Amino acid sequence: MKNTVEIRWHGRGGQGAKTAALLLADVAFKAGKYVQGFPEYGPERMGAPITAYNRISDEKITVHSNIYDPDYVVVVDEGLLDSIDVTAGLNPEGAIVVNSAKPASEIIPKLHGYTGKVYTVDAHKISVAALGKYFPNSPMLAAIVAVSKVMDKEQFLTEMEGSYKHKFSKKPEVIDGNMKALRMTLEEVLV
Amino acid sequence: MAIRERLSGNEAVAYAIKQINPDVMPAFPITPSTEIPQYVATYIANGEIDTEFIPVESEHSSMSATIGASAAGARALTATSSCGLALMWEELYVAASNRFPIVLALVNRALSGPININADHSDSMGARDSGWIQIYAESNQEAYDNFLQSFRISEHKDVMLPVMICQDGFITSHGVENIELVEDELVKDFVGEYNPEHYLLNSKEPMAVGPYAVSNYYMESKRAQTEALKNAKKVILEVAEEFEKMTGRKYGFFEEYKLDDADYAIVIIGSAAGTCKAAVDDIRERTGKKVGILKIRVFRPFPEEEIAHALRNVKSVAILDRSEMFAATGGPLGAEVTAALYRAGQNKEVVNYLYGLGGRDITVTEFEDVYNELERMAETHEVRDNFKYIGLRE
Amino acid sequence: MISDRINEQSSWRDLTEGNKIYEPATSVQFNTGEWRTQAPVHDEAKCKQCYLCVPVCPDLSISVGDNDKIVFDMDHCKGCGICSKVCPFDAIRMEE
Repeated sequence: MKNTVEIRWHGRGGQGAKTAALLLADVAFKAGKYVQGFPEYGPERMGAPITAYNRISDEKITVHSNIYDPDYVVVVDEGLLDSIDVTAGLNPEGAIVVNSAKPASEIIPKLHGYTGKVYTVDAHKISVAALGKYFPNSPMLAAIVAVSKVMDKEQFLTEMEGSYKHKFSKKPEVIDGNMKALRMTLEEVLV
Repeated sequence: MAIRERLSGNEAVAYAIKQINPDVMPAFPITPSTEIPQYVATYIANGEIDTEFIPVESEHSSMSATIGASAAGARALTATSSCGLALMWEELYVAASNRFPIVLALVNRALSGPININADHSDSMGARDSGWIQIYAESNQEAYDNFLQSFRISEHKDVMLPVMICQDGFITSHGVENIELVEDELVKDFVGEYNPEHYLLNSKEPMAVGPYAVSNYYMESKRAQTEALKNAKKVILEVAEEFEKMTGRKYGFFEEYKLDDADYAIVIIGSAAGTCKAAVDDIRERTGKKVGILKIRVFRPFPEEEIAHALRNVKSVAILDRSEMFAATGGPLGAEVTAALYRAGQNKEVVNYLYGLGGRDITVTEFEDVYNELERMAETHEVRDNFKYIGLRE
Repeated sequence: MISDRINEQSSWRDLTEGNKIYEPATSVQFNTGEWRTQAPVHDEAKCKQCYLCVPVCPDLSISVGDNDKIVFDMDHCKGCGICSKVCPFDAIRMEE
């Protein structure tokens, strides 16, 4: 277990937290890792809080439970901080990444006394600047890669470009925007 | 060279279906197995396989159509979950008693009610007396590997029985994990062509299927069916051996995880066995206590003697069930493993736990608690309750 | 003969898989005529050879024989009397 990085995602139904977790599994897999990416399923309701998980390791992973003591937490929707204890079980040696325009100092009071590192990413600003639309996935994905260091940044960018080219083969115009969003985030999140 | 991939359990089974390219797949969608027919339909639409896909109006019809296709001489399969399997009930028995080598990709999900979409084994355990061979998976890899082996078992002339390939809903069906795929050509050679000896569409041999049997014939028919399940044991092992030669991955009736020298054993089915392995590794590393797992892969036919033999040296056993049987005595695996130990003349402390019903999570820590209880039972020779619950709010 | 494998003396070992019958028309071997309580009696003088009785027989026990005359297969006739009811010329009478 100690060789495994565990990540918990908090988002809302329809926002793409599950897709982001699967994308992270995908890109870590391409980097040669053993991976798991799985959502916690319930009734599917747009806007309802959802949780998704990643395990990333250099060794085979057999555990099939949810993650209760994550090393990292990603919060895709800042509004969830008021209703959910997103830092529950979070390793104080790890970190939390919150999608917010506010500085970390304004987020910390809402984190139930969490003593580890807190990062904020303004995914809205980055996404609109890079893509012209608000899709928080790409910035949040880049942010967790930067914070968790589960893989090398350059390798991450190379693999993501491959994924986008595959995923958006019929919409090549969005590939550059998404790549720009990743790069902007990697520059903004200073670890 | 094996192909390194990452797939969800549903994708993995659909990929196996694509590689096998069966003749007919009737199916009706139900969570969490819906993706399987969805992926297969996409493969067909893309011209990657030429399977005849039959959209039907219910699971009773999907199993009926699968039976019809199999009787006609086709290699036929379907997929379902939970209430879908329940709606197939009558047809499950028809498939098995008429000896059709059908394969069913089952994604295990709780039965209503209360209505619930998450994993437990109440659906397949309810069908345990239907005459189907049942093979369970811990991971996506096992679901895929089991599926590749399924038709070889079902279509063997000494077996000719339907096979249910089971995996845990969402936990493995929707979880993406690393997997090693087998090359298309190797799969093709391994699975082979299906050439039934007798089939309805053979104009040279008119035949009748499913005749009425009066009481003068019925018991003999049932006894013959039991013989096919007995034969299946040998065939399952032979196919597994051949599969190991191709892939290096070893399969049997069950997996013994660090059971050789174990004092305390957990008997379990499905994805939670992987979580239990982490507990075993952790306990052995931390305390040196000898703990192990017997993970059931083949539940039907039930490998009774082999299970008892594998558990002969342990001091105490916890049997974990992911389904109720409402005898108010525990779960089906508990009842059958306990009977196996009794028939083998083994007198040891045994406890049956119910866990994970309706998708209730089970953690490494909870498995560690079970091993602590097994140690206490073995030392005191006292079993406090014959069956109890993991993670239940009292 | 499939009946060598499936009969009232066969061991379970001899049965075909799922009792499938790999032969056509094996029902001929089953003498449903034993069930009969009434039997048709044909009055050749009244019969006009209209053959209405032939297609209505549920057991295919009436056929057209030599000289275009109808023939009863008494091994399989259950004595249901439908032929008698359908005959427009009262040429078939049911007797105990």
